[in-house]
Amino acid sequence: MRFDLPDTPPGAEALRAELRAFLAEAGRAWTPDIRARSWMGFDRDFSREVGARSWIGMTWPAAYGGHERSGLERVVVLEEMLAAGAPVGAHWIGDRQSGPLILRLGTEEQRRRILPGIARGELAFCIGLSEPDAGSDLANLRTKAERVPGGWKLNGRKIWTTFAHKSDYMIALVRTSPAPEGGSRHAGLSQFLVDLKLSGISIRPIRDLAGADSFNEVTFDDVMLGEDDLVGAEGAGWAQATSELAFERSGPDRYLSSFPALSQGLDALAANPVPGAEVSVGRMVARLSALRGMSLSVGGMLERGEDPAVEAALVKDVGNVFEQVLPEHLRGLLDPEDSPAELRALLAALTQLTPTFSLRGGTREILRGIIARDLGLR
Amino acid sequence: MSELRSILVEQVERLVADAGGVAPLREVEAGHFPQSLWDGLSEQGLALALVPEEAGGVGLSWGDAAALWQVLGKHGAPVPMAETMLGAALLSAAGVEVPDGVLALGEKAAPFGRHATNAVKLDGARLTLHPVEGATPGANIGREPRDDLTLGQRSAAGILPNSHGPRALRQGLALIRAAQIAGALERILALAVDWANTRRQFGRPIGKFQAVQQQLAAMAGEVAAVQVAVSNAARAVDARGLAEAGFEIGCAKVVAGEAATFGAATAHQVFAAIGITEDHELHHFTRRLWAWREEGGTDRAWAAEIGKLALARGGANLWPDLTARDA
Repeated sequence: MRFDLPDTPPGAEALRAELRAFLAEAGRAWTPDIRARSWMGFDRDFSREVGARSWIGMTWPAAYGGHERSGLERVVVLEEMLAAGAPVGAHWIGDRQSGPLILRLGTEEQRRRILPGIARGELAFCIGLSEPDAGSDLANLRTKAERVPGGWKLNGRKIWTTFAHKSDYMIALVRTSPAPEGGSRHAGLSQFLVDLKLSGISIRPIRDLAGADSFNEVTFDDVMLGEDDLVGAEGAGWAQATSELAFERSGPDRYLSSFPALSQGLDALAANPVPGAEVSVGRMVARLSALRGMSLSVGGMLERGEDPAVEAALVKDVGNVFEQVLPEHLRGLLDPEDSPAELRALLAALTQLTPTFSLRGGTREILRGIIARDLGLR
Repeated sequence: MSELRSILVEQVERLVADAGGVAPLREVEAGHFPQSLWDGLSEQGLALALVPEEAGGVGLSWGDAAALWQVLGKHGAPVPMAETMLGAALLSAAGVEVPDGVLALGEKAAPFGRHATNAVKLDGARLTLHPVEGATPGANIGREPRDDLTLGQRSAAGILPNSHGPRALRQGLALIRAAQIAGALERILALAVDWANTRRQFGRPIGKFQAVQQQLAAMAGEVAAVQVAVSNAARAVDARGLAEAGFEIGCAKVVAGEAATFGAATAHQVFAAIGITEDHELHHFTRRLWAWREEGGTDRAWAAEIGKLALARGGANLWPDLTARDA
């Protein structure tokens, strides 16, 4: 493993200032629950505003609605959005994953059809990976697409699909041919661009423990897909899906989820000092600084075209622990009676969200398995 | 990593590795000074590595130096080269000619003080050089010499520039210890992985058990965090000088201290009984990790400082303050 800190991109300060002014204004309307949800919060109006300011699809070519900025400038935007607890969920997946996938492997038609809409903050994406019998063991998935005249027929079921009920498209990983006898189960999988308005698709929200509808069960019953809905190469779906993991796992969304609570917690502690609190606060701030360095390092490596898959797993693993213990550390310091109502509400919301941090995007156990393999243990 | 840095790191690593594994560590712990290793490193000009070229030094960056300190830490750092590099850098910055030989930092619990010919003291911005006239031997739990010194009248004095600040000694030492911790952690992680792949129980290497894999993977995360925190701190010194890099150095020492605690515990858990025997090499590194946590300011002390500042600045400034320090 190797981490090299990148140089700050030129113009970063001005970009941050612009973002902060925008977020201060937009943030007036955000409840503690919205701030706690952050990239798990879905707000199409907000995403359209962000798109209008050229902050989605930042690195993509202008021909597809992008803005031809650097990957590290994009990170500046992500950091500022998350530090403010902005509800970025409606464009987050398209900007982070689905758009880059289509840009890299999609057909020209797909790029022109999809990318400008994502960049405008108008097209929302979800990722169809998990199935009832395929979670951490993703290659066990059974949803399948069969070749039929004029395209593909899709049947099966996806589950835990975040925002399927509010999204326009799903990038689904499905089986297009049986796994070869005795061969790798990673063979025969393909990715499809699925328009969620197609007939034969039913989406059932699954209420989560906090009472919110954020994830879903999605059933495909003889859904007809066109030839041009296949993304990339038939049978190459596993490699395609896993090649985006370094982007998915290394960003500030893997360590900043609880940040708004730290920021507000400081003010509560300043108003009602607790002996020794500065030590706990200092430990959290030091961790935050180190994690930010780790995440930025991976951002720099991605910008140079490297494939820091293990480094990304390390960012996510260390980052998830941090964002999970942060609310607990604050809870250990703050007397609820002395805390402002907004902070109490923020901590209440975060407490119910923290279990997801080390589940979404690869469980802690899977990540540590990847790291262990790199260490030479598997 | 720049080419110069990787060549240097390679050279120093070869010198230290050729000195005979843990033999020099045992030598130091038995009260002897590994003279040939010191001479070998001195011949590379390492003592003057942080002294600018125009002042007769090598002119390395702090980033380069931190990479070297990590290598020293990886091998237990049985000689006071890092301390001497820091002492020389400060003397030179204050316009004082750097004497040959080991430099002691301060006069209380001075690292390898009994082997030093001169000691550096800092009072405010005033830096003084003193001959070492006597030493009351002491040691940390790494069994490295930490001696109380009797110093003679100052032989030279100078004023540190504002870029270094009145806490230059403490901050420099904190960065050194954090870098050494990063190196030593890298070492015990490698040792533990090797052991997990070798030691068999229940018919297979213990490293095939997920419980062991998960622990070592978690440890790897801590090692990565320290390495990044140390690089970030060294880069801050290069960009803004020691005086303005207290935050990053403090962060590095906090993360290093926490990681040392976790890493030493994890390695011992993986090694089990064999790892706590005197004959085994593990304890030479874990005892140093426990000792280095305490030196140059504990993680607790640095965390208190960082936390106090963050509380005083308030929640709204936390994030802008962090990004404003980007190099």
